[in-house]
Amino acid sequence: MKPRVAFFDFSSCEGCQLQVANLEEDIIDLSKIVEIVSFREVMKEHSDDYDIAFVEGSIMRPMDEKRLKKIREKAKILVALGSCAAFGGINKLRNQWSPEEVKKEVYGMAKEEDIEGNPFFDVFETKAVGEVVKVDYFIPGCPIDRNEFAKVVTALVMGKKPNIPNYPVCVECKKNENICVFELGKFCLGPVTRAGCNAVCPTNENECEGCRGYIENPHIDAEKGVLEKYGLTVEEMLDRFNMFNYKKEVRRER
Amino acid sequence: MSELNIMVEHLTRVEGHGNIILHAKDGKVEKVEWQVSEAPRFFEVMVKGRDYSQLSHITSRICGICSIGHALASLKATEAAMEVRISEQTHILRRLGLHGENIQSHILHVGYLVAPDLFGVGSVFPLIKTHPEAVKKIISIHRLANEMSDLICGRTTHPITLTVGGFTKIPSEKSLKNLRKRLFEAKETVEEIAALVKDNAHRLPEFKRETEYIALTSTQEYALYDGDIGSTDTKPQPVEEYLNIINEFVVPQSTAKYTRHLRESYMVGALARFNINYQKLCAFAKEVAAMFDLKPVCYNPFMNNVAQVVEIAHSIFDSISLIDILLDNGLKEEKPKVEVKAGRGIGAVEVPRGILFHDYTIDQQGRCIKANCIIPTNQNHNNIQKDLEALAPQIIEKPREQVELTLEMLVRAYDPCISCSTHYLTVKFV
Repeated sequence: MKPRVAFFDFSSCEGCQLQVANLEEDIIDLSKIVEIVSFREVMKEHSDDYDIAFVEGSIMRPMDEKRLKKIREKAKILVALGSCAAFGGINKLRNQWSPEEVKKEVYGMAKEEDIEGNPFFDVFETKAVGEVVKVDYFIPGCPIDRNEFAKVVTALVMGKKPNIPNYPVCVECKKNENICVFELGKFCLGPVTRAGCNAVCPTNENECEGCRGYIENPHIDAEKGVLEKYGLTVEEMLDRFNMFNYKKEVRRER
Repeated sequence: MSELNIMVEHLTRVEGHGNIILHAKDGKVEKVEWQVSEAPRFFEVMVKGRDYSQLSHITSRICGICSIGHALASLKATEAAMEVRISEQTHILRRLGLHGENIQSHILHVGYLVAPDLFGVGSVFPLIKTHPEAVKKIISIHRLANEMSDLICGRTTHPITLTVGGFTKIPSEKSLKNLRKRLFEAKETVEEIAALVKDNAHRLPEFKRETEYIALTSTQEYALYDGDIGSTDTKPQPVEEYLNIINEFVVPQSTAKYTRHLRESYMVGALARFNINYQKLCAFAKEVAAMFDLKPVCYNPFMNNVAQVVEIAHSIFDSISLIDILLDNGLKEEKPKVEVKAGRGIGAVEVPRGILFHDYTIDQQGRCIKANCIIPTNQNHNNIQKDLEALAPQIIEKPREQVELTLEMLVRAYDPCISCSTHYLTVKFV
């Protein structure tokens, strides 16, 4: 029997689910090896009986937390789809401020009775999916790489553990025979960022912005060496990393 | 006494989360409501303090489907704030990128999200079996649009090459020639898709509600990248006047803000552009419009789906003309010329779902200190609500399933991008 697959989304741009549509003709092949039973963005049918749940987006409210926990109960395997789900991604940038502060900034104009106690507006700090429920696998990226997604699905269907690279973007960049973007006068996060995107940003002569997160055990000394060579600082590197990888522990002054 | 209660929670085949609520008693509609339940994301605070060079990369993440449009509106605002000039080549390449996204988004909506309603099924998946040739045609245009965006912007979702002052990398002459050939060949496929939609267009409800339409307008072309703010009710106004047009407000059933201009609501998007700028469409697009007998001003929001098909035709042909100019001029490697300067700038672009504004204030260090984005779907929420209020009483005597489907189809016709509209990158109103 084909594994039953469901897609769910929380706070995000839904760009990662869009990459599934961007598989073009390969969607037809995909529909031969799995049965898609829920995918709100493209289908009306819905079933609560599924084996694999792909979850896109970050978690921001109690009502979302409740929905996510139900999904976890039903899924045999839960995959965090994209950086917002995997580690918070760009959505965590707002954690530099408290939920009260951001709410006041945005809804300050509204009548208090419309907002207070209204579950739609009851936001807490941005959380990754894994901060609420157990995540079995994650596919990083902003957005995800559609080919990597197809590989993960294939692995799961075959009962294997999906293989997400744990080497830096530089490896793929070198393979593409690119000129190092540091040489172009830019600040690249490729040396410490997880590969798997085929170094798409440096290949387009732009810097890697770290959207796939840090590799495990990055080669810090080598990175320091690179920064030194181009007259750049660790502080600036960390500031740039905040874009997709903000952590409260390194909260900076506003 | 008969009661009808409909609650469509998390409407399907739209981007983001919204609900439709209807209560009726003895054939009278007591309440019909469009709810936006998407969690707000607070982009305003995300860009605060970030370097000007990162703004388009952060704000493109507001929307996965129209990330190129967001990046372009962002760059236009940044460039206006810092008085950065762009070259003719950059101007043409950006317009090409916008066309690529317009085709991609429209074909996704018409082919994957609306077509199931026209064929009476729940999604595109059953159509793979029942109408394989039609699905392949739709996929071929989707693929072409995505590869076009990849070529011009480096990536179709969250563009890479678009940067302040120009491009990090431009396509080769050879790849542009190849793209031109493929666009030309796509004409026939677009005609076939239009014919297919026409064969099933009788499923689009006859419904009319007069409203105001707002879109960029230009004397030069069918406005997408440049223009003033046009309206079916007033004469064009400069983009800098946008706050006097949108007039945002908060309602309790929506985490997205509402807008209104001269009437109680207004509509933006393909139908608004068609209604305001019909004369500037290319001949091929006018032919497609004629197939459906679509003429300005059309007050049926369901025809937004058809206006999108018309725009696919226009974007394909205008892209060919733009490529011809690039090839005639010869492609040049250009380095963006950017000097950091403090100031405020507003950028407006027509994205697939309508007019989009980005408004930034940048300080002397090149850091963003204030930002505001006004999203097309925000501007449509109020019009959707008013349409629902007008439509529901007209159909309430029909069977429940039909009432539910018609209401869903109405919201879907707007191609709402709900997570976009709850991005919250907004001005302070207090």
